[in-house]
Amino acid sequence: MAIYNLSLNGKKVKVDVEPDMPLLWVVRDFAGLKGTKFGCGMALCGACTVHLNGEPTRSCQLPVSGVGKNDKITTIEGIGDGKLNIIQKAWIEEQVPQCGYCQSGQIMSATALLKSNPNPTDADIDSAMSGNLCRCGTYDRIRKAIHKAAAEMKVSEAGIGKR
Amino acid sequence: MEKIQTSRRDFLKASGITTFGLALGISGFTRDASLKKITPAVLRLEINPFIIIDTNGNITLVNPRPDMGQGSTQAVPSLLAEELEVNLEKVLIIQSDGMGKYGSQTSGGSSSVRELWFPIRKAGAAAREMLTATAAKRWNVPVSECHAEDAKIMHKASGKSLTYGELADDASKLEIPKDPKLKEAKDFKIIGKYNKRLDVPERVNGRAVYGIDVDVPGMVYASILHSPMIHGKVASIDDTEAKKIQGVLQVIKTERTMPHRTSEAVAVVATNYWAALKGKKALVVKWDNGDLEKTLSTASYYAATYDAAQKEGINAEEKGDFAVKYAAAKDKIESNYETPFLAHAPIEPENAVAHVKDDGTVEIWAPVQGPDWALRDVCGYMKVKPEQVKINVTLLGGAFGRKAYHDFVLEACHISKVVKKPVKVIWTREDDISQGPYRPGMLSHMQGFVDDGKITGFHHHAIGESIAGQVFKQLKDTEADPWLSGELATENNKYRFEGASKVSWTNVKTDIPVVWWRSVYASNFGWGQECFVDELAHLAKKDPLKARMEILTDDRFKKVLQTLAEKANWEEKLPEGSGKGLAVFSSFNSISACCITVSKKDQGVKIDKVVSVIDCGHYVNPDNVKAQTEGNIVMGLTAAIKDGITFTNGVSDQSNFHQYNIMRLNETPAMEIHIIDSGAAPGGVGEPGLPPIAPALGNAVFAATGKRLRKLPFDIANLG
Repeated sequence: MAIYNLSLNGKKVKVDVEPDMPLLWVVRDFAGLKGTKFGCGMALCGACTVHLNGEPTRSCQLPVSGVGKNDKITTIEGIGDGKLNIIQKAWIEEQVPQCGYCQSGQIMSATALLKSNPNPTDADIDSAMSGNLCRCGTYDRIRKAIHKAAAEMKVSEAGIGKR
Repeated sequence: MEKIQTSRRDFLKASGITTFGLALGISGFTRDASLKKITPAVLRLEINPFIIIDTNGNITLVNPRPDMGQGSTQAVPSLLAEELEVNLEKVLIIQSDGMGKYGSQTSGGSSSVRELWFPIRKAGAAAREMLTATAAKRWNVPVSECHAEDAKIMHKASGKSLTYGELADDASKLEIPKDPKLKEAKDFKIIGKYNKRLDVPERVNGRAVYGIDVDVPGMVYASILHSPMIHGKVASIDDTEAKKIQGVLQVIKTERTMPHRTSEAVAVVATNYWAALKGKKALVVKWDNGDLEKTLSTASYYAATYDAAQKEGINAEEKGDFAVKYAAAKDKIESNYETPFLAHAPIEPENAVAHVKDDGTVEIWAPVQGPDWALRDVCGYMKVKPEQVKINVTLLGGAFGRKAYHDFVLEACHISKVVKKPVKVIWTREDDISQGPYRPGMLSHMQGFVDDGKITGFHHHAIGESIAGQVFKQLKDTEADPWLSGELATENNKYRFEGASKVSWTNVKTDIPVVWWRSVYASNFGWGQECFVDELAHLAKKDPLKARMEILTDDRFKKVLQTLAEKANWEEKLPEGSGKGLAVFSSFNSISACCITVSKKDQGVKIDKVVSVIDCGHYVNPDNVKAQTEGNIVMGLTAAIKDGITFTNGVSDQSNFHQYNIMRLNETPAMEIHIIDSGAAPGGVGEPGLPPIAPALGNAVFAATGKRLRKLPFDIANLG
């Protein structure tokens, strides 16, 4: 066991866990943030996607000991700063989720995409989003929602995280 | 809908038991469902309080259909809100707990709206009439001058109004109208209209609670080492290394109880799930596998199905003497169509929390499709009475049939009983993919003939393992599987073959566990039926659409196909190397058809577009019908061109998403859904869109390349 001081959604969180424990289980069962999901344990499905310093990261493959002191972790609970961000709103507008289980990971990937590329083409969306599986088959709506969010961002001239 | 609560105590609190108003229970779930009035006294006697309007005007509905993404938490309250003249937001939902008083409670068979269409609306209409009568009496005006609107009863002439809360108590003293007048479809404000699902916001902000998210005080975690050959027996356990792992509490021999047999397993119980997983990996368990190495083999299973195709099956339906007519026919063909075993692979793996308490009572928190079945299974397994069990249904992170098979719930019960603590069992993806149960792989042996340019003879010999037989032990060796004969009967496909037609069946058994998977056998047999109709159309030198139109006897089917032809531009002249294929299939009282356009690309084809049409009769939310049909396109294509499950030497060759691929966003083609407003009785929505997908694709590949595919899955990038 070892103590880790994590920066999680802008808050300091102290956990006492085994160094090899994946960030996924630390976030879920020690920080109590259940929005990040377990799907495969092999970084194949993307349900566990969080942001590490803004970069989409598969938390099931990142041991907590691999998180640096100054690394900032953001989960679905922190993505909108307590409110819904433009992407989450677009997800509601397009009625994307069916069961919703994979959608935290989808939204984390989409948020990172739009942050780095506010006007993505279909090909950009393909490459950014193809690591996130959805067994309900909501892909068509995910694509539409990302385009919608991009258009919204243009209109409001607001970046992600601003409203 | 404000939030979902599950415990009985919460229910009583939520339903404002202290300010109790009007409560209606429903007995029976048919059109003739009878309504019962509930008083606080009888409520304590556990009569089903389905709908409660308290004196504060809060409306509570017990939803007897768990939500796995199919939208039951919108569809069911919509039926009530429509008749009660309230906004959907007003209805608080509680998931039913499996007790018999709530009737059938399993989300399966695309049944939610089909079965609840009348009883829930009838309860809503009865409550509306009672509230209206109460208001009319209070104002001393005729009932006919009053109407319900937005949770109030209004008197237009005087401008007076009373809220449901103000009326509920007095309304509860009236007789329940036996035959309340249901609204006419033309007056619907919610049913059939686009409405956003109220549970979507919590599904985009991480707050939705799935089974895997449940925390119970004092809970420990378990990971289970299942037999790699599923049914192996534990010969020895060496847990030395596992017990050294920080957090591991106990290693116990446990069991996995499936409906038809029980397997031995080993559980690692730990203070956290990661420790339990590490402990599982550190276990050294020897298994006694008997002859499973031989019997768990998809190769030998399929060999047996192809053998069976050479022989006569058991007849499920025969019109005319098919064998005689087939022997005499001039233009005839036969072929075999194969479908693979498939895992459901919901992204939320199987999981459950069970607490077997000191007093013998059991509490479960789990993503189960059927709390009623789970209750029955837990009672049978733990040898307790229903009143000693409390099932808390969470949201389901996908299910597709898998979570109506409650082996994982019983595992949690067994471990909790041994460790005397609440236990959360979480299956790994490897457990999910390599342990089953699976959709059975099937073979369709097809024979048919044409006469004078028309398809006149058709025989579908369905061959494989029976779900009714294996899971429920309800199939005699002399009997055709009743589940499939209904599906393939001419009564269902509405094809009329003037010469002769036949549906037959041979049961090829396997030790590989099987169960229903989205659309059950229709997901297998749509492939054989609809590709073979296409083959026969070509034999008859007819356009596949026209050939179908000639033998279809039902106007709804014809309308579906006509609409599809129009929307998918069936007549369009395509360039060389492109082609369109179509298929139609009816399941769960709905009719769905699909047209797929493909073009040659390198050694294979690419899918240019998918157009689906569905006639599901009356529906609640068109957008949800669309969403389910989109999902069926993706799942149907996945089943056609991604991985099947195979067993070699007793072990599944697939273990995670790198070997059992499912369709990804970049592979998803453009799609378009059209709904037919037939106004017929409600049919299913969650499943019927799937069966036509694979055959439409197979027929499109033939149209584009001349290559007839008969075995699923196939490699779309390399057709060989």
